[in-house]
Amino acid sequence: MATDFYKYLPRSMKAHYEATTAIDAPAVFEPLAKPIEQCTIALMTSAGVYLTDTQESFDLEGERRKPTWGDPTFREIPTDVDQGRIGHAHLHINGEDIIEDVNIALPFRAFKTLEAEGAIGALAPIAYSFMGFQEDNAREWTEVQGPELGAKLKRRGVDVLLLAPA
Amino acid sequence: MPVLARNIESQGIPTVTVTMLPDIAQKFRLSRVVGVPVPFGHSFGVPGADEFQLAASRLAVRALQEAGEPGYRLDLDMEYPVPDKVAYKTWHPSEPSPIVAQMLKARAAAEEKG
Repeated sequence: MATDFYKYLPRSMKAHYEATTAIDAPAVFEPLAKPIEQCTIALMTSAGVYLTDTQESFDLEGERRKPTWGDPTFREIPTDVDQGRIGHAHLHINGEDIIEDVNIALPFRAFKTLEAEGAIGALAPIAYSFMGFQEDNAREWTEVQGPELGAKLKRRGVDVLLLAPA
Repeated sequence: MPVLARNIESQGIPTVTVTMLPDIAQKFRLSRVVGVPVPFGHSFGVPGADEFQLAASRLAVRALQEAGEPGYRLDLDMEYPVPDKVAYKTWHPSEPSPIVAQMLKARAAAEEKG
């Protein structure tokens, strides 16, 4: 039986997502430059994860003032981070489980296992965290944050990015 | 998030998107998509569910290995380790998000009017 990916959503949200139309743009596809066993993979979440001791939270007050706006910036999360430093700022999801175990958003343990097995080359030492809600300012992602992130990934020798929308 | 996936891929960096809404990801014509049967906020399951986290991660690596053209999709064939009724309720924030609160307010005002 096919998986029902909408079963955790209220009916109104399910209808909203089902009504989404396909974009009118060509598909994107960049082939791997080398075998996956040699690739360095970086992880990225949109769960609003940040480091409570050294980073600012995402701007939740801005979103409260303007409900169609979301903070478009991103934070860098080291893959060897202590769980106690993990904070969560996202008004659309319950972050209690992320505060308990960041691996449900950024699966560091699993990718370190895959690295140890030789299934991938390496897990990149820095992961990236956005706050996923972007209604009015997705252009900020495409014109500012995306290019900035892409440049960082290249500079840091990342071969592949795994994105996990939250 | 699909917007960012497309943006990064168009800069020459291959991506794979692990998502609870794989149909939506496909509508954005992404390169590689892995569907995971999870509620919002739980892309890789629940705290301590190492087997689930590893299975989803392994499938993402497989998608990277196998995809030869855009739109390649694999779905995780594993149950989310929480009963449906509990999972349906617990992913929600403690108070409605600002946009949902605004919509509820507008709906209430419309009902009162008419």
